[in-house]
Amino acid sequence: MKLIFEKSVKGRKCDILPKCDVPAVELPEGLKRETAPHLPEMSETDVSRHYTELNKQVHGVNCGFYPLGSCTMKYNPRIDEEAAAMEGFTNIHPLAPKSSVRGALEVLDTLRADLCEITGMDGMTFQPAAGAHGEFTGVLLIKQYHDSRNDKNRTKIIVPDSAHGTNPATAAMCGYQVVNIPSAPDGCVDLEELKKVLGDDVAGLMLTNPNTVGIFDENILEITKLVHEAGGLCYYDGANTNAIMGVVRPGDMGFDCIHLNLHKTFATPHGGGGPGAGAVGCKEFLKPFLPHSALMEKPGRLQVRGFMGNFLVCVRALAYVMTLGREGIPEAATNAVLNANYLMQKIKGTFTPAFDRICMHEFVLDLSHYEKETGVSALDVAKSLIDYGMHPPTMYFPLIVHEALMLEPTETESIETLDWAADVFRKLYELGKTDPEFMHNAPHHTPIGRPDEVKAARNPIVRYTFA
Amino acid sequence: MGSYVPSTEEQRREMLKAIGLNDYRELYRDVPENMILNRPLDLPEGKSEMEVRNALAEMAAKNTVYKTVLRGAGAYDHYIPSIVKYIPAKEEFLTAYTPYQAEISQGVLQSIFEYQTMIAELTGMDVSNASVYDGATAAAEAAAMCRDRKRRVTLISATTHPDVINTVRTYCYGTNDELVVVPAKDGKTDIEALKNMLNEGVASFYVQQPNFYGVFEDAEALGELVHATGAMFVMGCNPIALAIMKTPRDCGADVAVGEGQPLGMPIGFGGPYLGFMATTTKHIRKLPGRIVGETTDHDGNRAYVLSLQAREQHIRREKASSNICSNEALCALTAGLYMATMGPDGMAEVANQCMAKAHYLENALTAIPGIRLRYDAPFFHEFLLDMPKCKEIEQALAEKGILSGLPYEDGMLWCVTEKASKATLDEVVSTVKEVLA
Repeated sequence: MKLIFEKSVKGRKCDILPKCDVPAVELPEGLKRETAPHLPEMSETDVSRHYTELNKQVHGVNCGFYPLGSCTMKYNPRIDEEAAAMEGFTNIHPLAPKSSVRGALEVLDTLRADLCEITGMDGMTFQPAAGAHGEFTGVLLIKQYHDSRNDKNRTKIIVPDSAHGTNPATAAMCGYQVVNIPSAPDGCVDLEELKKVLGDDVAGLMLTNPNTVGIFDENILEITKLVHEAGGLCYYDGANTNAIMGVVRPGDMGFDCIHLNLHKTFATPHGGGGPGAGAVGCKEFLKPFLPHSALMEKPGRLQVRGFMGNFLVCVRALAYVMTLGREGIPEAATNAVLNANYLMQKIKGTFTPAFDRICMHEFVLDLSHYEKETGVSALDVAKSLIDYGMHPPTMYFPLIVHEALMLEPTETESIETLDWAADVFRKLYELGKTDPEFMHNAPHHTPIGRPDEVKAARNPIVRYTFA
Repeated sequence: MGSYVPSTEEQRREMLKAIGLNDYRELYRDVPENMILNRPLDLPEGKSEMEVRNALAEMAAKNTVYKTVLRGAGAYDHYIPSIVKYIPAKEEFLTAYTPYQAEISQGVLQSIFEYQTMIAELTGMDVSNASVYDGATAAAEAAAMCRDRKRRVTLISATTHPDVINTVRTYCYGTNDELVVVPAKDGKTDIEALKNMLNEGVASFYVQQPNFYGVFEDAEALGELVHATGAMFVMGCNPIALAIMKTPRDCGADVAVGEGQPLGMPIGFGGPYLGFMATTTKHIRKLPGRIVGETTDHDGNRAYVLSLQAREQHIRREKASSNICSNEALCALTAGLYMATMGPDGMAEVANQCMAKAHYLENALTAIPGIRLRYDAPFFHEFLLDMPKCKEIEQALAEKGILSGLPYEDGMLWCVTEKASKATLDEVVSTVKEVLA
């Protein structure tokens, strides 16, 4: 389809503003822009149709099943959108007098209290704008804690090799040397490997539990105890909180600080890659290190972005937590786990689960044998799913499983959808044996076929060039 | 009251049976018994949609929505065209994840490619990324991309927004790098001080244009000084001002960043906002975050993909340029949509009206005895006034539905956008006169 610039017509415009009712003021000569930017010149109809055309080429949760592992693509309730669009929330200035934003502070205080209860934490900041940003904030809590004790020898952060890439990247952004430890075959922490690297040079451990293959680490209390005995702190990566909320709490597992992805667990929409929100919770002793806006709150503290954070995302999350409440939160978690186990059970017998046991909210298929047998890769299967109207699972992650497909159905899918999805997997399993070529070339019914990513990286074209 | 779980109780039992379990508790058999929460959560009972709506509407009603906002300082109340509110609410744009699967994400990818082009045009730079969290993190990421093994020190002007300085300070604390604040003189960066602070260890210098006090900095002169010592020059720009002011490229900037909120996002108590980042072709592989690139599919059709991923954390892990993955994609779409709706003339009109109205108010207020402009230098749509009785003035204007300038350092930092009418500005002036009379 055409780019917006290719639809632009010189002199065309939308009428938005009234005429200026005060005398014009010119910029001083040396400060003026020399040539106007090439921005599209469109009528409002043009704009509306262009974005509608783009919108048609997007698969959202509203379009169909979206079992993208570790991303928790649950239904995003519309009431949450309505709440976030209320003028009393959208049209308030972050630096308005406190007395004029009591409702906004109530939103944040209520959400903070609820999420602290759900996670077993004592304090929370909403400044981080995404999960990785939350990790950064959390590890900075650990760093400030050691610094405050003048414990300067702690230069290492331990990260299991099954972790998401953001964990080691975050530790590096916090000035730490990353110690990757090999996981046990089930992705859980290998206690002996952990003991080998623990010492007075360890600042902390970053861990996801349930882990990235969807298994709850039953040694978790032992793990956090060992780290604490070595003087380190434990950071909980909340990417997988949807499996456990209301059932077991990171605070009770021995974690000192955590982040939550409000755009996963708490149903706020992902917007094609953000805005999210990565609330960070901590135990009492870390509260003095939580970030603050220099201009809005106390000076003298660190901060990870401007103002309070993605406030309107917090409004959505609060609407969600209020809707679910005391019973709904664990009900959602339990059904997320039930759905994942049911789907795994239905797929079993065709593609092979990497770990054949009760899983948490997600599970990983290992297609390495199938790939050897048929030549059909995890990528081919993923791309073939698209033709059935299904968003592919997460591919080739975690790195400890080869030819991995990671499925997370979430609790908001019905048994009918899960049965249908299992059926599709079964069909593709058979198809790969008879017509692998067809699957190598999938998808067949999308606006474009598989794009040439190598070409994009070798010869980067990252903007439109005007004639 | 609801958990959005569609399965009926009967279906759930059927599913449990299918996996060979008798009750829900068995799903959590890997969780040690003593760790399971053995009490209900201390939360209220779930509410119906109608109750939730009413409860949140009550909270929203406790906030004051002013008819006119004359406060900026990093959050700017511009008019948002109707269509700019409607389109990002389309469910596909709203509920999609990051466009990993290009074949079913061309809409999101193309919107980012268009946004990247518009940001490059607006800043005069060659390339833009797909966005970062906000203007403050954009400044911090820019500082990081300018550092190399030898040059580690970051300089930032004291005339920068305090939250931006503090965010850059925080990121520097993370990597154990030094941040030095270059002092201000008469509301602008002290150019002599900067000269003395530049040396071979300095990686970059950051200046905000227009700065926190609304004043235009002598950006070109600053850039020349910075380049003379081999450091990189980073400018943090107001995107509305960019429609009419000299581009960072023309001022010699190596990296241009800024807070994209004025491009169609509501002030929303501080977020979600949008950090934009642009640079020259030379530095493209140092740019953090997602970047969308153009390519073709096997039939030669034009296609868009997430590109240059070798920079990113999921490939490079601890060696990545940043840990960022989720950014502010829907805000970037909104910004592109805003710029397309306003067009080049509309954008310039917004900027010119801001400038004209700000100067109108400044003229009228400084005509009142006891009020004067603290820094006598060209400014855009913000200005800092020395004036008495700031709290009383804030109160008196609030009673008329007007949010005054920000009480700051014994004065008031005012911001005027295209939304303020002459009549309202006249009302502000007469109210201030009454308070000071």
